[in-house]
Amino acid sequence: MRVGSVIIAALAGAAVSTASASAAEDDTLKAIKQRGEVTCGVSTGATVGMSTLDDKGNWAGLEVDFCRALAAAILESPEKVKFVPLEFKNAFAALTSSSVDLLARSATWTYSRDAEMKLEWPVVYIYDGQGFLVRKALGVKSAKELDGASICVSGGTTTELNLADYFRTNNLKYTPIVANSREQNLANLEAGRCDAYSNERGGLAANRAALPKADEYVVLPDVISKEPLGPVIRQDDPKFRDIVAWTFYAWVLAEEFGITKANVANEAANSKNPEVQRLLGKTGDFGAKLGLANDWAARVIATTGNYGEIYERNLGTGSKVNLTRGQNELWSKGGLLYAPPMR
Amino acid sequence: MSLAETLESRVDASSEGRTGRPRISPRLRRNLGSIFWQGCTLIAVVALLAFLGHNIALNLKARGLASGFDFLSKEAGFAIGFSLIPFTETDTYGRAFVVGLLNTIFVAFVSMILATVLGTIIGVARVSKHPPTAAAALVYIEALRNIPLLLQVLFWQQLLINGLPSVRQSLNLGGWVFLNNRGLVLPDISAGALPVPPSLMAAIMAATLIGLIVTALRRAEPSRRRRAAFWGLGAVLALEILLATLTVDWSRPVLTGFNFRNGVVLIPEFVALVVALTIYNAAFIAEIVRAGIESVNKGQREAAAALGLPPRLTMRLIVLPQAMRVVIPPLANQYSHLLKASSLATVIGYPDLVNVFLGTTLNQTGRAIEIVTMTMAVYLVLSALVAGFTSWFNARVALVER
Repeated sequence: MRVGSVIIAALAGAAVSTASASAAEDDTLKAIKQRGEVTCGVSTGATVGMSTLDDKGNWAGLEVDFCRALAAAILESPEKVKFVPLEFKNAFAALTSSSVDLLARSATWTYSRDAEMKLEWPVVYIYDGQGFLVRKALGVKSAKELDGASICVSGGTTTELNLADYFRTNNLKYTPIVANSREQNLANLEAGRCDAYSNERGGLAANRAALPKADEYVVLPDVISKEPLGPVIRQDDPKFRDIVAWTFYAWVLAEEFGITKANVANEAANSKNPEVQRLLGKTGDFGAKLGLANDWAARVIATTGNYGEIYERNLGTGSKVNLTRGQNELWSKGGLLYAPPMR
Repeated sequence: MSLAETLESRVDASSEGRTGRPRISPRLRRNLGSIFWQGCTLIAVVALLAFLGHNIALNLKARGLASGFDFLSKEAGFAIGFSLIPFTETDTYGRAFVVGLLNTIFVAFVSMILATVLGTIIGVARVSKHPPTAAAALVYIEALRNIPLLLQVLFWQQLLINGLPSVRQSLNLGGWVFLNNRGLVLPDISAGALPVPPSLMAAIMAATLIGLIVTALRRAEPSRRRRAAFWGLGAVLALEILLATLTVDWSRPVLTGFNFRNGVVLIPEFVALVVALTIYNAAFIAEIVRAGIESVNKGQREAAAALGLPPRLTMRLIVLPQAMRVVIPPLANQYSHLLKASSLATVIGYPDLVNVFLGTTLNQTGRAIEIVTMTMAVYLVLSALVAGFTSWFNARVALVER
């Protein structure tokens, strides 16, 4: 009898505690502040320019910078980030089960992920497109010539589906060689297991640069899909959504206003532009509206710099990846980056 | 006082109250107690499961996640590189599940047969009177069973992909078969040339093969008649295979563009997985076989020798049949391990169930609970089938005590 009542009490207790846990689930901001750490799902460390892990255990890349910017905004220190390397296969499940606060691992925003999986992309930080990396010796000039080829691709990604769509649309045949990571795909390509490796072109350019015989490979000019990449969060948290979105907008606004990592302190103290004053927290209470300190954006910029600086450092022509900005340029310079006004 | 005791004392009281009837026997009383506790446990387990299920349903609803199995009939939209049945992008997730399932069964089945054959040979070699043979078997067993299977799988994959020539420099094996680092290219059957459909032909051959195995296992029949039936059926099977080979119109693989066309390709990921599973499990099976052989009483061999049986016949007729009793139960465990270990396919990209269904399909549909449950159910059912078959086989070959 005693055992029975203990079990019943345990069940009742579990029911109560789960109920309260699911009610608190919505508040990612609160959870982060309590934990004192942003948990950020990133790639396994080989996505050059986006998230890489060096031999000293340091993370670098545009997506890593985004996680640091978020930590600077919420916790006032860019170091309070826990990077969780995730294979793509497990990434969404890790997010929906609350193992991480957000994903910053080059996940493409698509309709079905947005609508069906209850995920949310507050912003797009890189506009990419899918292409092919091939050996020059094949003599292929366009993706349309890849009829009958074996093509390396990562499993469970939108790339896998785009590839299928592209070959179906053009009435071409191919054999998918599916691997789980960028490293495996590259190893397969180098060994000749496949003729081409299909992925986002930004990533391919980075991978090509890192190959031992980079000159023997070429990224084909064809772009077969739109790949908007952005941070991913759970859909049930509008407050956290705003923080993620505005952290990114702070990058863009800073570039628009010419605020850099170097001059942000000076701008915060001396700028006469009212919008800059609002952004950097000199006037108004814009931080409090998001549940943050008033100088959150100033800290973001002091940590990572503005979008232009971040792009140049990680992906730009001065970096290993060597990509021009293309669509990832400010709207005022013919690109797609646009931030709402700070008002 | 527990409820059981209360119950029992009440039963006691009531039986005492009635005139002179014998009291409940102590044995029945013990049983009542254990039935009560088993009932409690059952209720607790069911309640816990119901609670978890209810909670999952609530949480899914709260997060607004879609659930249900309707996704199985939706278009998959991805291609699969290696499949036993035709599969294209327009087929459903349900069919992708079947493709993955068949690929898992295929790789596990082939590995089981090869591991058993290799393991038996090495196990017999291990107890050989010839020291170099025994030593070689020992080295094989100790080396291979102590290297993690995952490393072996990766090793064979890397070896095949980097060691074999590229597709343009394929090894030409007689003009009909080609070997390169994209696999072993075999001639395909082009339909239409057969007098009977290939599926019927395959069914006839399978029926003959099953007949052959059943005959071999019918120990009740006199051995002469059994042997005659065995060789007779064997001849029929050989004839069927010959007929099929000759009448089928084989299409010759040709290198066109990037790959070979008109052929069937056994991909290197499949071969790597089969080789790794085979040699790893063969090491364990060898030890099982050795234990079985050593369990047979020395007197049995001596008796056989006294009757003038040569060593080879002693092994085949006296030792191995008796060793079977000891060998088969642990062998069932080994098969079950092999089946589950075949899911290592996912690290080298062989499209097994875990890769195609638990990987790609899960990520495209987001139906984690349904897909994980289905995948677990598959491994459970397959393991149960293997165990069921092995115990049936065990019953067939068990020594009849006289």
